Amino acid sequence: MSTVTAQIMPKPSKPWAASPLDRAKTGGIFLAAVLASFAVVASTPLKGKLAYILVFFAAYIMIDFASTFIKVGRQGAVDAVFRAVVTMAIAIAVTPIISILITVWLRGHKGLHIGLFTTDMRSTAYTDPINQGGLLHAIIGTFLLVFFAMIISVPIGILTAIYLTEIRGKFTRPISFLVQAMSGVPSIVAGLFIYAAILLPLTKKLNGIEGSLALAILMIPTVARMSEEVLKLIPSDLREAGVALGGTQWRSVAMVVVPAARSGLITAVILGIARVAGETAPLLLLTGGSGSKNYNMFKDSMGSLPNYIWQCFATGTPESITRAWAGILVLLVIVVVLFAAARTLGNRKVGKK
Amino acid sequence: MELTAQAGSLSAITSAREVKEPGNRALGVGLEARGVHAWFGDKHVLSGVSLDFWPGTVTALIGPSGCGKSTFIRTLNRMHEFIPGAAMAGDVLLNGEDIYAPGVDVTKIRLKVGMVFQKPNPFPSMTIAENVLAGLKLAQLKSENKDDLLEECLERAGLWSEVKDRLNTHGGALSGGQQQRLCIARSLAVRPQVLLMDEPCSALDPGSTLRIEETISHLTSSVTIIIVTHNMQQAARVSDYTAFFLSDGGPGQMIEVGSTNEIFSRPKDKRTENYVTGRFG
Repeated sequence: MSTVTAQIMPKPSKPWAASPLDRAKTGGIFLAAVLASFAVVASTPLKGKLAYILVFFAAYIMIDFASTFIKVGRQGAVDAVFRAVVTMAIAIAVTPIISILITVWLRGHKGLHIGLFTTDMRSTAYTDPINQGGLLHAIIGTFLLVFFAMIISVPIGILTAIYLTEIRGKFTRPISFLVQAMSGVPSIVAGLFIYAAILLPLTKKLNGIEGSLALAILMIPTVARMSEEVLKLIPSDLREAGVALGGTQWRSVAMVVVPAARSGLITAVILGIARVAGETAPLLLLTGGSGSKNYNMFKDSMGSLPNYIWQCFATGTPESITRAWAGILVLLVIVVVLFAAARTLGNRKVGKK
Repeated sequence: MELTAQAGSLSAITSAREVKEPGNRALGVGLEARGVHAWFGDKHVLSGVSLDFWPGTVTALIGPSGCGKSTFIRTLNRMHEFIPGAAMAGDVLLNGEDIYAPGVDVTKIRLKVGMVFQKPNPFPSMTIAENVLAGLKLAQLKSENKDDLLEECLERAGLWSEVKDRLNTHGGALSGGQQQRLCIARSLAVRPQVLLMDEPCSALDPGSTLRIEETISHLTSSVTIIIVTHNMQQAARVSDYTAFFLSDGGPGQMIEVGSTNEIFSRPKDKRTENYVTGRFG
C-alpha cells in the first residue's frame, strides 16, 4: 500500500452553465409572455395571429429586462434585451423558410409516385388524376437547360474571376462593379435580352438553347463573384511561389492557384446552378413547354420543371394543382440537394482528396 | 564591457568559420546589384544599394524591420514587380547580364535565381513528391529521371530520410520546419544558381531553424545563397558576408558590407556596431 494520498478524480463540470433554477426562470418568463399575449388580445381591440406574436415579443422583452435588471443591474439587462431581440430576428427570418418547406411537403407529397420519374405528359392532360403521366420530360428538360447554361457560364464566370483576382488589369474595378450589379438583374430582363437579340432576329422559334443562354446570363455573375471570393482567399504567397519557380503567370494560376481553390470553385458552380434551376420567366419566353421528352436543344420547345409547375397552376383544377405541388417538391429537393452538395464540398479542407 | 562581450560572442562564432574566398568560378560569375533603388507607388523604400554576391558564398542581410532588405532581394529575381505600384532603378547583373534588360525572359531569370519565402508555402493541392517537382512542370522543363531528382533535392534539403516513406501524401501534414525544407527542395529542383531566402526561419522553432541552417551550409558548394534574417546569431552562424541595412525614416540604405567576421567583430560604422551589439533595433 502506498502512503501517497489518493488522488481524487474530479468529475468534469460546467460551472458557467445555466442552473435548473435559471432554466426554470427562463421558462417562467416565456410562459408569462405567452399569458400576457393572450390577456392583451382578449382584453383589447388588438386581434389576430399577428397580435399574439407582437404582444408576445414585446412582453418577453419587457419581462426579461425587468427580471435581469433586478438580478444584475442595468448593463446586464440591456445585454439580455439585445440577446432577446437577436433571437427574435432570427426566428422571424427563419419562419418563412420553414413554412415554405412544410407547405411544399404537405401539399406535394400526396402527388408523389414512382411514375413521376418514369413517364411524361405526352398522352396525359394536366386535369387527369395525378397517378397518370409524370415529370420525366420536365426533369430531363431542366437538367439539359441547366447543363448547357453551366457549360456556357462556368468558363466565362471563372475566367472573369481570374481576371479580377490574378490579372488585376486596368478594368478590374469597373468589371467588379458590373458583375455585382449584374447579379441583381431580374430574370425576365435576361430572357427579354435573348428574345430581342436571338429569337426575334435569328431563329424566330422557341428552343432549348435560347433558354440556356438566358440562364447563363443569370449564372455568370453568381459564379464569377463566388469564384472571385474563393480566389481572393488563396494566399498571395502561393502565387509568388509558383512564379518564383520560373512558371509563367498562366501556368502558376492553372497549376497552383486554381487547384488550391478547387473545392471553393466547385461550390461556386453549384450555387450558380441552384440560382437558375428554378428560374421560370426566361424559359416561358424562350423555351416554352412541352409534354413529351425533347433531347434536342436546338429544335422545338422543351419542357422544364418551372414551366410544368406554372402550366399546372394556370390550369387550375384540383388535379392539376396537386401536380403543381408535386413538381415544386421535386424541384425543391433538387435545389436543396445541390446546396447541400455545395456546403459539403465547400467545407472540405484544401489539400484533402 | 558587457556590450562588447556580447559582440564578442558573435565574433567568436564567426571567427570559428573558415573564411571563404570569393570567386568559385565553377558556379558562374555571380550576381551583382548596381545602385538599386525601389519604390512602392510614391514611397521610396530603398536607395542606391550596390552589392556583389560571390558564387558559392552565403550573404546575410541584416537590419531592423522596414529597412528594405526583403524589397532588395525581391529585386534580384524580379519578384519586386509582382506587387502593384512597384518601381525600381539601377542594374542587377546575373553572370554579367542585366536581368532588367528589354527582351529578357523573366521566367528564365527566376529559374536561375530561386526563392524561399518567410512562411512555408508548399502547394496545398500537391503531394510531397509533386511539390518538389512542381518547378519542372511550372517551367516546362524536362528531366530524364524524376525519381533521382526527387531524392537528390530532398536529400540536399535534409528532408529525404523523414519523408521517403510518404512521398505521395500531402505536404500539409508535415511540421512547419519540414514544410520549409520541402520548399527549399522545391526551389532546388530547377537547379538555381542563386537562392534567395527571405527570413526562412522566422516562423519556425529553434530545432527546425537549426536543421535549415545545416541545410544552408550543405548547399553552399552548389548554390549562392542570400539570406535575410533578423536573427544575428543565425547570420553569424551561416553567412560568409554580411550586409547591414538601415532606414532613418527615409528610404532604406545599405550602411556597411563586409565579411561576417568583420561586421560582427570590428564594424566600421557606428550604426552597425550599435545594431550588432544589440544597442538598438
